[in-house]
Amino acid sequence: MDGPKRLWHWAGAGIRQLTVAAATLLSLFPVYFMVVSAFKTKGEYLASKWDLPHSFFLHNFVTAFAGEKFFIRFANSTILTVGAVAVSLVIACLAAYAFARMDFPGKRTLFNLILSLMVVPPVVMVVPLFVSMVRWGLVNTYPGTILIYVGLLLPFSIYLMTNFFQTIPKEIVEAARMDGCSNQGVFWKIMMPLSAPALITLVVVNALWVWNELLIALVFMQKDELKTLMVGIAALRSRNYVDIPATMAGLLIATIPIVVLYLFGQKYFIRGLVSGAVK
Amino acid sequence: MSHRKYEPWLYLTPTFVVLGLVFGYPIVRLLILSLLRRAGGTDSFAGLANYRALFRDDVFVQAVRNNLTLLVCVPIMVVVALVLAIFLFERIRGWQLYRTTLFLPYLLPITVVGLIFSYIFQLSGVLNDLLKLVGLGWLALDWLGSTRLALPTVMFVIVWKEVGFGVVLFLARLMSVEEELFDAAKIDGANWWRLQWHITVPQLATVIEFFAVVSVITMLSWVFNYVYVMTSGGPGKATMVTELYVYLMGFRYNQMNLAAAVSVLLLLVTGIFIFLELRLRERAGVMEAL
Repeated sequence: MDGPKRLWHWAGAGIRQLTVAAATLLSLFPVYFMVVSAFKTKGEYLASKWDLPHSFFLHNFVTAFAGEKFFIRFANSTILTVGAVAVSLVIACLAAYAFARMDFPGKRTLFNLILSLMVVPPVVMVVPLFVSMVRWGLVNTYPGTILIYVGLLLPFSIYLMTNFFQTIPKEIVEAARMDGCSNQGVFWKIMMPLSAPALITLVVVNALWVWNELLIALVFMQKDELKTLMVGIAALRSRNYVDIPATMAGLLIATIPIVVLYLFGQKYFIRGLVSGAVK
Repeated sequence: MSHRKYEPWLYLTPTFVVLGLVFGYPIVRLLILSLLRRAGGTDSFAGLANYRALFRDDVFVQAVRNNLTLLVCVPIMVVVALVLAIFLFERIRGWQLYRTTLFLPYLLPITVVGLIFSYIFQLSGVLNDLLKLVGLGWLALDWLGSTRLALPTVMFVIVWKEVGFGVVLFLARLMSVEEELFDAAKIDGANWWRLQWHITVPQLATVIEFFAVVSVITMLSWVFNYVYVMTSGGPGKATMVTELYVYLMGFRYNQMNLAAAVSVLLLLVTGIFIFLELRLRERAGVMEAL
């Protein structure tokens, strides 16, 4: 390479690094701000908001745990997440098996209809669901809210599992049939074990969605002892007096499960989120 | 594929029950609700009166206008995600670590992120402290508290959070493009810009469309959390959006019928885009990109 060309090459590399590094810093800044603030005293926070903490004031976490019924909220979020993810997984796998491996009239149309529900915004359903749930006596109950979450998770889950089941070679299924396996046998002994990667993806993506969800939780879990973590957090803003470092400690605890899940299953997250725009 | 005729329906029954309860029946109720008027504890048929009332309400009109303004985020997100994805694809040093961190905001709860940002953007918040520190004190504004700035600030947070999805989506597709395509163009002496314009962008076209449509749906009907947490629609009605309007009408002012009418309109508008998205999903072959 001659002089000017090499110069261009280095300039290009520099611009790339700078752009991406700047974007990364920007992505991380709020997280950084949350973490450092969580370890500061109120005085220290007011004096300097952006630099590293000097006192490592752990009492914020005590305050966070003591206030706002943190444990109950955490438990509520966990119950809803586990319940909705587990139920939707089973129901979705059954439906996906029918779509991927059986023939029946109207299959294509039905599949597309279910797919189209994937992007129906929850806000559209919240009013009529509330009216119906009141009538059924399911407002302020775990099963009622889990039912709604399962409904909202199903379309994407069915889509993902159907696609995955279709990739399982027919020969394996045929071989099992030769050995006298029934449809149910094929489902439980072949399809499910072979689908482990897709199942993990689904669990991770759906768990994230339910854990982070706000609107449904806000409307259907109104009783104070039923509120979820996100509802509790959202309520903090409207306070006139807020202990910001203690709040940040609370936010940090609420975020840790997600970050751990992300670092542990990054591959699954990316695969799941890219294969369908879940919100 | 031997199975009894009724067997598929057996496997599908739980799905039908749940989707019927969560979508089917409520959508019918929604349409009916939007056509009723409630007065003195009894319902009466109101025709389109609720819909007409909506467009006479300044708050609703402002909400629609704000949702349309949010659409400005879409081209910004596409361009930013495209640039970042291309740079990462060129395997700059540490690209995998960059990808991990750039995707992180997309996973964090909007509630948490929104609260953190509302502290960052406070008049006495860390952003203004930093601006004063570097001598830009005149830029230290009330980011979420002024009618003029609140919506742009919310838009910044939306872009900040959603752009990572685009980066990962584009990068996944780029990695599945045959290397020879790029090599051939390089041998032909195409410079960097021509390479992007004639190879990268056309290769990404379907995924870009897909991301754009998903983002449009987001701006029109998935921004409730941002606004609820950061501004509650204020100051005044500066950041009011249709979703928040539905929530306030339905659950604070007890105007279920008005809330239902807005929901029907939202359903119709998103319906158009859902249809588009389905078509694009098929063409984009997002699954194959992996």
